[in-house]
Amino acid sequence: MIEVEGLTVRYGGVTSLDDMSLTFEQGTCGLIGPNGAGKTTFFNVLSGFVRPAAGTVRAFGVDLLSMAHFRRARWGVRRTFQTEQAIEELSVFDNVAMVHEHSKLGAATRKGDVLDAIGFVGLDADPDARIRTLTAGQRRLVEVARAVVGRPRLVLLDEPAAGLPDEETSHLADVIRGIPEHTGALTILVDHDMSLVSACCTTTAVLDFGKLIASGPTAAVLRDDDVIRAYLGVA
Amino acid sequence: MGADLGLRSTAGRQTSRRRPGRPQLIRAAVITVLLLFVLFGFPQLLSLYYIDTMTQVAVYSMVTLALGVLVGRVGLVSLGQVAVLAIGAWVAARLLFATAQPYPVILLEAGLITMVAGMVTGLPALRLRGLYLALITLMLAGAITVVLATVNFPNGGHGFLGYNGSLVHIPPIRRPSVAGSDPAYFRYAVIVAILMFLLVLAHTKTKPGRAWAAIRQSEPAALAAGINTTLYKLWALALASFITGVAGGVLAGAVHYLYSIGFPTQDSITLLAVTLMGGVYSMWGAVVAALLYQFLPALLNNWGVSADWLTILFGLGVLQVLTTAPAGLADQVPKDLARLARLLSRLLSRLLGRRTPAPGKTT
Repeated sequence: MIEVEGLTVRYGGVTSLDDMSLTFEQGTCGLIGPNGAGKTTFFNVLSGFVRPAAGTVRAFGVDLLSMAHFRRARWGVRRTFQTEQAIEELSVFDNVAMVHEHSKLGAATRKGDVLDAIGFVGLDADPDARIRTLTAGQRRLVEVARAVVGRPRLVLLDEPAAGLPDEETSHLADVIRGIPEHTGALTILVDHDMSLVSACCTTTAVLDFGKLIASGPTAAVLRDDDVIRAYLGVA
Repeated sequence: MGADLGLRSTAGRQTSRRRPGRPQLIRAAVITVLLLFVLFGFPQLLSLYYIDTMTQVAVYSMVTLALGVLVGRVGLVSLGQVAVLAIGAWVAARLLFATAQPYPVILLEAGLITMVAGMVTGLPALRLRGLYLALITLMLAGAITVVLATVNFPNGGHGFLGYNGSLVHIPPIRRPSVAGSDPAYFRYAVIVAILMFLLVLAHTKTKPGRAWAAIRQSEPAALAAGINTTLYKLWALALASFITGVAGGVLAGAVHYLYSIGFPTQDSITLLAVTLMGGVYSMWGAVVAALLYQFLPALLNNWGVSADWLTILFGLGVLQVLTTAPAGLADQVPKDLARLARLLSRLLSRLLGRRTPAPGKTT
């Protein structure tokens, strides 16, 4: 469970997150909103890339903000990026193993854990294959495999389906839905694809100009008048 | 869901992923033969002038290797490697005059002391990247050169600095007892260089190498993978300083007498240029860079052509590399040669095809 209290982030005169208070309970939760709403900023706060001006974040009872950024990943905060960041120079296996070897997990389970993660995301590629030989969809899956390898506690997926065709998005939805059950991690999904959010997320929160405007069961949130006005638009 | 299928297929492939294949074995055999030829063939075939030059190539291949670690592996642009080399040479010379320790121990100490000096001076600069880091390292190199010009290199004198200002009866910097002659010292330098290359290989193929690859491509991605980026950058800086310090120690024995004028700050810029030309992503690039930096000027001098022309050549070379071959000559030349071989083979088969009538058309 993640408890966010009064989280505020400012970039100069712009308030990117404005007194955000929210609890993500369990399973897969959605975080949606128009561009510039503060979704990625929220992920960057959780990852330690951005220091908030105010507020607290407690993840499973631990004060997340007091941890150094690289220690958060070791503790179990994993993420993907809007712009896919699979490491070109490394093989599929090494991309995933890299996360494992910098976690608190021992080397004894590394090979098994890495292959389990690659298998879990359904990546049909040779583990020795170089990243540059993979398709965009496969590279996305490598990133997801990196996020789920070992024992993640919190998986942050930042627009993982961006640019993917429907078939690959559908496969990705299966994978995302399976993450909590497979790893036990709380998963937060940011995406503009409402069918993906609806398919994966039991609860969803909506940000607009840094403010939380709605949260609750996904179906109810997507019918909310404020959400329709601010983000989804009126048909 | 295809997850189970994926698991089975990847696990099956995994069993064979660490076994060296035939190409790797052939490659290892070719490299071994090449090194044996360099170690035992060169001293027989080359004149003393070129043996000395190749000793310098061995020394500078370590320097360009270290620079390649910083630039190619981690993405840290350093313009201070000549100053680091000078520190290594100074420390080695001081220890060689002051103690009777075996040469390998002196090299190790020179490497370690230079490593500490490199880390202390480089640590504040690690927050910077790109042009700013290059500028800071250049300024640091300038400062170190000024200090060295003031304190001078040890020449058998007394005191902490070991400098004899009277400049009479200056003893040469000693060499290892097993490598007193120029050909023997050449072999010694090559063996030390091989050890340094193996040290870098041991890093690039393991955890630090993967961390550096991540840092070079995307620091946020590296942090998100749990990599302590400051630690690994410092590690790269320490490794590069260590190797350059060892190279300085080998250089001290190679030249016998060291002068601060031999380590001009601007040479760091030329070193970076040749390292980029050689190729920063492959270790062969370091060898190519050292050949460009030491062998090419020696060759031109021997032919009576001014080596100053190389400044223009290196400028054009860097331009060519940055625009058409970012992986450098070490990557481009084999590809071009393979392309040429394919072209010649096609031409040859066409020529032969025209001269030899097809069996069905003889009647």
